[in-house]
Amino acid sequence: MESLLQFLFSGLTVGAVYALVALGFTIISNASDVVNFAQGEFVMLGGMITVFAHEAGVPLALAAVLAILLTAAVGVALNKLAIEPARGAPVVSVIIITIGASILIRGASQLIFDKQLHRLPSFSGDAPIRIGGATLLPQSLWVIGGALVVFVALWLFFTRTLTGKAVLATANNRLAAQLVGINTRAIMTLSFALSAAIGALAGVLATPITLVSYDVGVALALKGFAAAMLGGMGNPKGALVGGLLLGLFEALTAGYISSQYKEAVAFIVILAVLFAMPQGLFGAKSTERV
Amino acid sequence: MKTTTTLTALTLALLASTAQAEIRLGASLSATGPAAFLGDPEAKTLEMLVEEMNANGGLNGEEIVLTLYDDGGDPNKARTFATRLIEDDGVVAIIGGSTTGTTMAIADLAEDEGIPFISLAGAVSIIDPVREFVFKTPHTDRMACEKIFTDMKAQGTTTIGMISGTDGFGASMQAQCKEVAGDYDITIAADETYGPADADMTPQLTNIANTDGIQAVLNPGFGQGPAVVTRNYAQLGIELPLYQSHGVASDGFIELAGAEAANGIRLPGTALLIADILPDDDVQKEVVTSYKAAFEEKTGQTVSTFGGYAHDAFALMTDAITRAGSDDPQAIRDALEATDGLVGTTGIYTFSETDHLGLDLSAFRMLEITDGGWSSVE
Repeated sequence: MESLLQFLFSGLTVGAVYALVALGFTIISNASDVVNFAQGEFVMLGGMITVFAHEAGVPLALAAVLAILLTAAVGVALNKLAIEPARGAPVVSVIIITIGASILIRGASQLIFDKQLHRLPSFSGDAPIRIGGATLLPQSLWVIGGALVVFVALWLFFTRTLTGKAVLATANNRLAAQLVGINTRAIMTLSFALSAAIGALAGVLATPITLVSYDVGVALALKGFAAAMLGGMGNPKGALVGGLLLGLFEALTAGYISSQYKEAVAFIVILAVLFAMPQGLFGAKSTERV
Repeated sequence: MKTTTTLTALTLALLASTAQAEIRLGASLSATGPAAFLGDPEAKTLEMLVEEMNANGGLNGEEIVLTLYDDGGDPNKARTFATRLIEDDGVVAIIGGSTTGTTMAIADLAEDEGIPFISLAGAVSIIDPVREFVFKTPHTDRMACEKIFTDMKAQGTTTIGMISGTDGFGASMQAQCKEVAGDYDITIAADETYGPADADMTPQLTNIANTDGIQAVLNPGFGQGPAVVTRNYAQLGIELPLYQSHGVASDGFIELAGAEAANGIRLPGTALLIADILPDDDVQKEVVTSYKAAFEEKTGQTVSTFGGYAHDAFALMTDAITRAGSDDPQAIRDALEATDGLVGTTGIYTFSETDHLGLDLSAFRMLEITDGGWSSVE
């Protein structure tokens, strides 16, 4: 029983990190149907910039804000310099551009920062919280809380605000959106800024647990992408649930079956789900296009 | 002898149109890419040592010219660079291969072309079976396992749990440890793994802690994995002794894992790591302190075991060239194999026809992390 609880805590911690990364995918995906493979690099930048600003003497909270703003600026630059000039190109080409961007950002970070692993101090100390014989680090609560807050904010954004609806409209039909007076260029810029900011926030919150170095983005983006696909690409609820489920699958497999197979089992489950529901668990509603 | 020198010089002049009075050394290291944490300090060390030696009058009165390529950890590139080193740059010896993969790519070529080659990678397979022209400086995973098990046995430990990374280093050491555990009457009762980028290992550790009779836990791995394992170990409040591998023998590890969580961890490391606390009569004291001081002053980075491998390779190579009295590759190789008792940062090297590693278990020091620093438990 204690073991089960520990496995669940582990799954929630890891799952919340995946969910945060997956949430970052949703906005760009909603605005343009593009899967941004540089999302993992946004997460890495969030962590790295915070670490270096903090080491330079900036208070942690300010360093985090700085990292989120700078990463958002990188997101905007990516859109302006690489995505916008390729307007009209097929979605696949744009996705390949984001892969190129991720390699570029990774290489640049290696030069600007360094190649070492870094860690941020936990926000609320390292003393584990004991619940029913199992333990949870306070930082896990920060990550889980962060994922929930971002989820609620995104959900409100897409359903309650005009801008959010404009983002959805842009994805649905760019020409029609322009005809009803939506500035689709500004919407794309906004979606890259927001995605990058969410990625950076994920990096800031997760770094005390996952550690950060210039090359952590790839692995994170892969897991976040898997989580987003599982939940349904573009749906914030799907990202949240997909991330948490992926984390729980891994932890329970590691706990009860074998740690050798934990990733294999998680991906087999994802494949099985996608065979039955190609849109993902919550994908059908939001990606339905008439 | 004279003819050989002239001939070599002539060949060199033809191949690379270079001046006569220089000794050309080649290196292919992984200064960038996933193995950059190995190759970066290695490259800096080599450049520093060459500069230092040339400033002091060179080798046998000749200037050393180092041609250094960055293979980015890619064996294909390493092979291309090794070809270029031998054919275009006309080097007489090669140092390098930061990883086992790049080493293997260079080793075949060096062996075919008859160019002495010292690898900086870990695997036993580099020097076992022995190849005529291939040597290496780092101790092997198997030796690390043996060192750890010796210490465990001394503590009366007979049953352990292992949690290993699935990356090359972790997987290789896991296999080696399982192979030699029997020699030390140690039973591995739990054997768990984790992915190199995993963020939480509490499920695996919970299972190990719940396995009956376990007296200690061993974690072969490098990078972030061991730091996460250490933090989870403290989080779960497991009281059993924790052993890490030489893969994390650096100050960076203590920082990542947190001094509190890392307290009491034992691992095999080299004298270089504890240069400051080595007793003055230790035979390695002078070598490690002078290399550490020079490297840290030059680069501003903390010295690492990996840079030490390059230091030792350079020391072995230049020592062999001095004794050979020429830069003929065959003569260098023969002198290299005759190396006897050369004190390096990693250990004391004595090569022979059957041993191209030349280190024994004494090259490892059993270290313990106490109060955020290192102490020797021997």
